[in-house]
Amino acid sequence: MQCMICKQNEAKVHLTQIVGDKMQKVDLCEECAKAKGVNDPAGFSLADLLLGLGASKEIEETAGGEELKCPRCSFSQADFKKSGRFGCSECYQVFAEPLEGLLKSMHKGPRHVGKVPQALQKSRDLFERLKNLQKKLEKAVTAENFEEAATLRDEIKTVKEKLNQVPTT
Amino acid sequence: MDINHFLASPAETTRRTGPHDKIVMSSRVRLARNVKGLAFPGWAKKAERVKILDAIRPAVETLPQMQNAFAQSMDNLSATDKQILVERHLISREHAAKSAGSGLVVNRDESLCVMINEEDHLRMQALRPGLQLKQAWVAIDQIDSDLEKRLDYAFNSDLGYLTACPTNLGTGIRVSAMLHLPGLVLAEQINQIIQSVNKLGLAVRGLYGEGTEALGNVFQVSNQMTLGETETDIVDRLNKVLLQIIEHEENSRGTLMEKKPKMVFNHIGRAFGILANAHSISSKETMNLLSLLRLGVDLGQFPGTEKSLIDELFIITQPAHLQKQFSEKLGAEERDVLRSDMLRERLLRVSRPSTKGIGGGATGQTN
Repeated sequence: MQCMICKQNEAKVHLTQIVGDKMQKVDLCEECAKAKGVNDPAGFSLADLLLGLGASKEIEETAGGEELKCPRCSFSQADFKKSGRFGCSECYQVFAEPLEGLLKSMHKGPRHVGKVPQALQKSRDLFERLKNLQKKLEKAVTAENFEEAATLRDEIKTVKEKLNQVPTT
Repeated sequence: MDINHFLASPAETTRRTGPHDKIVMSSRVRLARNVKGLAFPGWAKKAERVKILDAIRPAVETLPQMQNAFAQSMDNLSATDKQILVERHLISREHAAKSAGSGLVVNRDESLCVMINEEDHLRMQALRPGLQLKQAWVAIDQIDSDLEKRLDYAFNSDLGYLTACPTNLGTGIRVSAMLHLPGLVLAEQINQIIQSVNKLGLAVRGLYGEGTEALGNVFQVSNQMTLGETETDIVDRLNKVLLQIIEHEENSRGTLMEKKPKMVFNHIGRAFGILANAHSISSKETMNLLSLLRLGVDLGQFPGTEKSLIDELFIITQPAHLQKQFSEKLGAEERDVLRSDMLRERLLRVSRPSTKGIGGGATGQTN
């Protein structure tokens, strides 16, 4: 197979991307791949290559010309254009709006319907409850409300036992 | 510990069997996960990556499934060792290029492998021989459920698990199988199959995943979409498609043996001739010819020869595995000579391909 750019060398880098019902194929030789920065994500719009041509443009347009930047990790729109990847999990909030259309064309649906970290949620809820109970207990003790304090201590004990059943490091 | 002492020999690993393993060489389910509030590996500075690795590694190593596991930071592995891990399909080529701040944990029987700080903080995969996607999903789902109690995952109720690249967003799942499809290639039907599989939103890639050639007629089929579909739906969908590809491969082998047995015998006979007699051979040519030998074993042309011998040769003739057997650094030309020496030696006990009672019509009988 010939390289799509120089049309001389054998293509050794093959990328295929399906967007909706459209398939995009890129076949490049090693030299052209290098020249296009496919090996060097800093120099080339991998966003276009990975997410379909026009992806980075779409992000720019939806952003209305204003350069978006993640306040947490300083990752910018230009960085996304170069790498096709985000800087941290909070970037998803910063780029939420322009990303929406992209996700629709890239995936089956725009919302997650799969696994949810259950145990994490459960132990977090328990931990929150424990903190609340301990606060209440402090108050009850200060107020010399010993009857309530005793009930609270029992409750704290049960919650702690439940928390211990969730293994942690 | 040295990774080479840890890994089972290819002679051993290729004896592992699974359903449909004539055509499906292995099944794999990979999950991508990240820790909340930390920069993704590609954006984090080196010091931060080292910190992330130090936080994640003990959480993975202390998993009950990881007892007696091999755990190492990527900067403590030599280039050859990393390449060996790639040739075994335990790590990605991208991960092999990593150094300080990235790590690896492989369980005792090499069925679970966790890459730390690849493209995401965690890339964990379960591997099974043959077609066992569901079993692989169950295994990795368990690891993930255990890990989520130890690590604060980046998760959003709308977008699911947050990944460095939006193509992995949601479930972060990549379900894939490695298929040996010489029949479809010889019958020149492979491109049609690839096109129709692509239309279903599934990707077909080469031997080493993204951007690689289908050496040795080995193709990887995997899901592309990760958001808006549950993990089990993705696994089921891929499973159905794979069963269809298996059927097509079997059919094209049947049709070839019925209509063009001479063409098939010619390919296999020549492949055997070269592999058993060459005095210099490249890795690429070796893989392509071994694929034909594997087909010959499937068709019954090599009675007494196990498929596992071919699969073992497929691994040990690759550059890093070959290099590992010799103490001095080999050049490509030296490797080609040593590879052919090894092949001649190992194929001594394999008799010439027989055509007796194989193939359709009278043409199969006349030699």
